[in-house]
Amino acid sequence: MSQKPDDQNKHDDAASGRRNFLKLGFLTAGLTIAGGGIQKVLSDQEEPANKETGEKVKLLTPDGKLVEVDSAYLKEHSHPKHHCGASPDESRVGVPGKKYVMVIDLSRCKNALKCQKACQKHHLLPAQDKWLKVYKMQDTEDTAPYWMPKPCLHCDKPPCVKVCPVDATFKREDGLVLIDNERCIGCRFCMAACPYSTRTFNWEEPQQPEYVNEMVYSPETSTPRKKGTVEKCDFCPDMLKQGKLPHCVTACPNGVYYFGDANEDTVTNGDETLRFKQLLKDKAAYRYMESLGTEPSVYYLPPVNRLFPFVDSNGEEKESDS
Amino acid sequence: MEETNKHMSEKEAIEMLHHYNDDLLPQKFGKAGKIWVVFLVAVIVFGLYNYVIQLKKGLSITGLSDTVSWGIYISNFVFFVAVSLVGSLITAVLNLLNVSWRAPITRMAEIIAVAGIIFAGLIIIVDMGRPDRIINMFIHGRIQSPIMWDVIVVTTYMTISLLFLYFPLLPGISFCRDRMKNIPKWQHKMYKILALGWNNKPAQYKMVKKAITILSVLIIPVALSIHTVTSWLFATTYRPGWDSTNFGAYFVAGAFMVGAAAVIAGMYVIRHFYNKYDELITDKHFDRMGRLLVLLSFIYLYFTINEYFIPGYKMKGDEGAHLKELFIGHYAPMFWLVQIFGMFIPIIVLLFPQGRKPRSIFLMSVFVIIGAWFKRYLIVIPTMLHPFLPLQQVPESAKHYTATLAEWSITGASLAGALLVITLFIRYFPIISIWEVAEERGVSHYTIYKHLNEQE
Repeated sequence: MSQKPDDQNKHDDAASGRRNFLKLGFLTAGLTIAGGGIQKVLSDQEEPANKETGEKVKLLTPDGKLVEVDSAYLKEHSHPKHHCGASPDESRVGVPGKKYVMVIDLSRCKNALKCQKACQKHHLLPAQDKWLKVYKMQDTEDTAPYWMPKPCLHCDKPPCVKVCPVDATFKREDGLVLIDNERCIGCRFCMAACPYSTRTFNWEEPQQPEYVNEMVYSPETSTPRKKGTVEKCDFCPDMLKQGKLPHCVTACPNGVYYFGDANEDTVTNGDETLRFKQLLKDKAAYRYMESLGTEPSVYYLPPVNRLFPFVDSNGEEKESDS
Repeated sequence: MEETNKHMSEKEAIEMLHHYNDDLLPQKFGKAGKIWVVFLVAVIVFGLYNYVIQLKKGLSITGLSDTVSWGIYISNFVFFVAVSLVGSLITAVLNLLNVSWRAPITRMAEIIAVAGIIFAGLIIIVDMGRPDRIINMFIHGRIQSPIMWDVIVVTTYMTISLLFLYFPLLPGISFCRDRMKNIPKWQHKMYKILALGWNNKPAQYKMVKKAITILSVLIIPVALSIHTVTSWLFATTYRPGWDSTNFGAYFVAGAFMVGAAAVIAGMYVIRHFYNKYDELITDKHFDRMGRLLVLLSFIYLYFTINEYFIPGYKMKGDEGAHLKELFIGHYAPMFWLVQIFGMFIPIIVLLFPQGRKPRSIFLMSVFVIIGAWFKRYLIVIPTMLHPFLPLQQVPESAKHYTATLAEWSITGASLAGALLVITLFIRYFPIISIWEVAEERGVSHYTIYKHLNEQE
């Protein structure tokens, strides 16, 4: 597969299915053909280099079928590079013409935490590192409590970017604030500067599946994670590049998250697609701690006319299990 | 300031030097000195051992978490920077003000400054998650970041302080080179190299004095900058307790105070171990330093009131919650102990002439120094425990901060390292700048050294 992001964009849709297939194939092949040094992966495009050997290899297809192929069809393949992320330098540019925004409808959130689960899963995060949190908020004693999901707010005036001594965390043209953890020196000034407790630090060698270490790092996937560096919610740029929604948005069963492009003036939660500016107006949207002047890219819709009553039955449990 | 030392004639000055004779030269450690060095080395070795573990395992061996991401490494850094400010106070400010009693204590102040700033630089590297990438600061450095400002001013201050220590030391080193017999070869060689061929020529003195004047002027803005910029590491954030326009002045005031206390403590210890030095570092010096310390404490009190009690009058939102934690909450015992022992008691005691006697002022200085260390702990940690968003869905360990043994040992090693630098300096170099003392008493340094050399 080509490493150029442009190329990848073009072929993304066609490629993603194949890519998943290749990944699975790679894993299975790794298991089937013992002696892990050089991995071989089934190629569905190219002619076999050698004539059929007669040696059959069992592989698992994405839909769960076990198939047998001749070993001649197995082609030596370098390790899968990354999901879709560009190199650290390329990642600094952003998707041209886009200005990503998120709208979080607090009236729909019942703390189902599906968003968080999807986030943990796709970013391969252990339980103690949470990039997305759902806070139980209560502004005053007499006002109603509500759930407030909080990803990175991807501020337009990001305090974290301002203080970074080495330009390891940066603001992109498309509004995303990302981190290059191959450059980060681990001073943690950005963590002190962020007013939203967004950033987490790899205090030790991060727990992650072994195959991750074989992957080439990209700030767009934030994988593999690295000891002694800062990380945070990245709005899933690998998904955005494919024209897909971030994992938290698609995982939410209640349509809490709207995601979209302010330049197109469109946001969607997967079910309904709305005019971004009109939604902000209609629902009296606000940004968290506007007075700080950080200009977040994440807007909140107030928790009025709620879909669900506020139930905090397992709140404590959730806190302690983390 | 009034004159505290009467002028001497040349003859008197030479008599004075004869009286001290070789006592002015660095001396071998006695038993206490040896035990002290062994103790310091042991502390350093234990800290280094833990630092090696930290390099391998990561900062997880500390009590730090995503909530309290800066801990005692950082508060200790602030402490070191604070202590190092004294170099400019005693040597530069008093020099430019032409204060007549400063000569015997300038070198003490400068070595404290140099030791402090070296270990400030080292402890900040200890705090880094990726010290192996320190080169990125030069490759990808961003001048917009306060950390960059800090790196620039700390290295500048380190350079100027080293020169400020070194230039006035040249006659002393040559003195050691010429006068010290029965010393190991390497030691003699070290003096020979470091003396830069100094042979007490009037032109050399002229050059050194010119350099000192230039450095005196240069060091003051740089010294004020290091502490101001260090305060900006905090004040450039939004966090309650750090988001303060008072922070720069408050840090500088606190630094002057702890620095002066450090010099007083040093004076006392030196006098204790070198019998004849009480004729050079007199009770009058303690009295004068006591007055200076009480003045600096009052300035610090002024900024403390501005920093805590005026916001405390309003108790505004998150700031109020943070202050409550300090005044009557979890950190109240430490907060009030620090205020009482680190400021109020020293102020009251030092107001009285009896309180400015060496022993009493030494005790007060120790209070001030210990108080200052914990004061910086109180500046860094409680604020980190008070983010804007509630501490939810975080591991239990991220709701508190307790420094681990490893963290304490590494911090302790940095303190021991600074003390070892000072101790070894006293072991190998004259801690009192005799030519400056003589000059302060109206005698030409040139005459003195010429005489001394003729004695050989």
